Amino acid sequence: MSQLSHDRAKAYWRRNLALVGKLLVIWFVVSYGCGILFVDALNEIQLRGFKLGFWFAQQGSIYVFVGLIFYYTRKMGQLDREFGVDED
Amino acid sequence: MDLKPLTYLVVGATFALYIGIALWSRAGSTKDFYVAGGGVHPIANGMATAADWMSAASFISMAGLIAFMGYGGSVFLMGWTGGFVILAMLLAPYLRKYGKFTVPEFIGDRFYSNAARAVAVVCLIICSVTYVIGQMKGVGVAFSRFLEVDYATGLLVGMAIVLFYAVLGGMKGITYTQIAQYCVLIMAYTIPAIFISLQLTGNPFPQLGLGATLSGGDTFLLDKLDQMVTELGFAEYTTDVRLSGLNMFAYTASLMIGTAGLPHVIIRFFTVPKVRDARSSAGWALVFIAILYTTAPAVAGMARLNLMQTIEPSPGEHLAYEQRPQWFKNWETTGLLEFEDKNADGRIQYSADSAVNEMVKVDPDIMVLANPEIAQLPNWVIALVAAGGLAAALSTAAGLLLAIASAISHDLLKGMIAPSINERQELMASRIAMAVAIACAGYLGLNPPDFAAGTVALAFGLAASSIFPALMMGIFSQRVNKEGAIAGMVAGIGVTLFYVFQHKGIMFISSTAFLGDMPANWFLGIEPNAFGVVGALVNFTVAFSVSSLTTKPPESIIELVESIRVPSGAGSANDH
Repeated sequence: MSQLSHDRAKAYWRRNLALVGKLLVIWFVVSYGCGILFVDALNEIQLRGFKLGFWFAQQGSIYVFVGLIFYYTRKMGQLDREFGVDED
Repeated sequence: MDLKPLTYLVVGATFALYIGIALWSRAGSTKDFYVAGGGVHPIANGMATAADWMSAASFISMAGLIAFMGYGGSVFLMGWTGGFVILAMLLAPYLRKYGKFTVPEFIGDRFYSNAARAVAVVCLIICSVTYVIGQMKGVGVAFSRFLEVDYATGLLVGMAIVLFYAVLGGMKGITYTQIAQYCVLIMAYTIPAIFISLQLTGNPFPQLGLGATLSGGDTFLLDKLDQMVTELGFAEYTTDVRLSGLNMFAYTASLMIGTAGLPHVIIRFFTVPKVRDARSSAGWALVFIAILYTTAPAVAGMARLNLMQTIEPSPGEHLAYEQRPQWFKNWETTGLLEFEDKNADGRIQYSADSAVNEMVKVDPDIMVLANPEIAQLPNWVIALVAAGGLAAALSTAAGLLLAIASAISHDLLKGMIAPSINERQELMASRIAMAVAIACAGYLGLNPPDFAAGTVALAFGLAASSIFPALMMGIFSQRVNKEGAIAGMVAGIGVTLFYVFQHKGIMFISSTAFLGDMPANWFLGIEPNAFGVVGALVNFTVAFSVSSLTTKPPESIIELVESIRVPSGAGSANDH
């Protein structure tokens, strides 16, 4: 177990928040954005049998959510190693 | 083989499997009972979390609601999956690092106060019991159909089975049985969907079938559906907004943050070996959940189409009541489907116009169970769906009861009232707590406040307004103190409960609803099921205001917050 200095711990936390912030923007855009706020505009676009806004609300947003969590897990693993706070 | 014996056989076999696993891995110590010894692999944990998470609301109720709500039903799809993103990024890793058994324990320690812990216990019990009511509705529907009895009898049988099952094993039993339950429920959900998708579109993937053309033509399935529902006077399926954009926004947000605040889901992340695993467990859980959640809209659309084509095979040609199929008769027995021949022509008219409509009651909660029968699938598929629906309801009810039991026996009794009780007494107390919780939920489930998924949505709103903000502030703020946290939780859940009770009735007994369940009285047009997000905002605001007026938390708490933000040094979940 390694102890971080106060400054290193602060830097680690800031990087963590920056990553999470970025990913939550995408999270918001695909669900609340594409699925609700801009649904009418996107519905003008047809994706095979789907109206695009409808597709985001009932399918697309879910696929993106899965991708976001795995990307986050990978990035946080890298960050942990960079700061020497990983658990191995 | 006939449907009835076949259903008994399949349901019986799956039950024997779950109970066998529960017995085989019976909880020995209290630690095993609550968190399965802290050594569950992320993929296994993800699968068990998925089973825990996907309840009767997801399995039995959701697709049926979407079938009748169309685009508006998307709130369930986005809300119940998007919450995992918040859970994975904002809560799970930190709570795992902290390494305690229960959610109230974290809140009590972080806000250095037994009062905060007690408030968290109360909030947890309120939302979990509401959630169990939703499960009981689902179990009641499934058993009433399966045993061909009325809804109330089905509910009683379901209660007995859930109780027997939950009292038997603890978390460890539950982790392994829940993996088995996941396998049963996902097969039961996808196999009929694949069959129906093949029937209608020739595409074996329901997710793609929903966007494909109907077999033997070049009309898209969704276009055909839109055309059929609008001809009968219903709103267009793919654009039917639920009340308003704002309401959909609030509904989705309530479900998302409720997901991240539900104790029985959070408790799952205490059971992985490492902080890293807590992150990936949430990802795996969502993968397993997404398999069902991306199939559900296809089930919904296709079920609606099949239902309408059964009742009105071609425009103007209505099904004669005497020639109604067997599934129609069976569901009539349960009282969840009703026909009234208003124009006395012996034929079934289905319409959005209530003066003409003769399908006077179609409980959306029956759609998923009836779907394979409507599509005339083989009997073994129908039996499998019954088993899957029961698996979903049982796994979640058991997980919830465990969360309630641990809150009462571990937090309230051992943590506060009687610290000297031994492990045996603690286990006994938790089993009694389960029995009481199930009796309450069953009683209230006789007249549930909404369809299964709607009732569960209320539970999410309550979790969203109380537990989620307290956890968030516990991790992300060093300034929020005990006074703030307690005031915030009380205000958040208070506002939400008040709003829900005034429209849905005190303790959901509808005759006591003093403002009535009517949109005209809704704040900004937000329905009670979607109000949790407003409660959460109240919680945050009150907590920050009160904290800024009172003293800072002590130095030891600031160190605690700093330590949970860094993954290294996490031990296994322990009791200190």
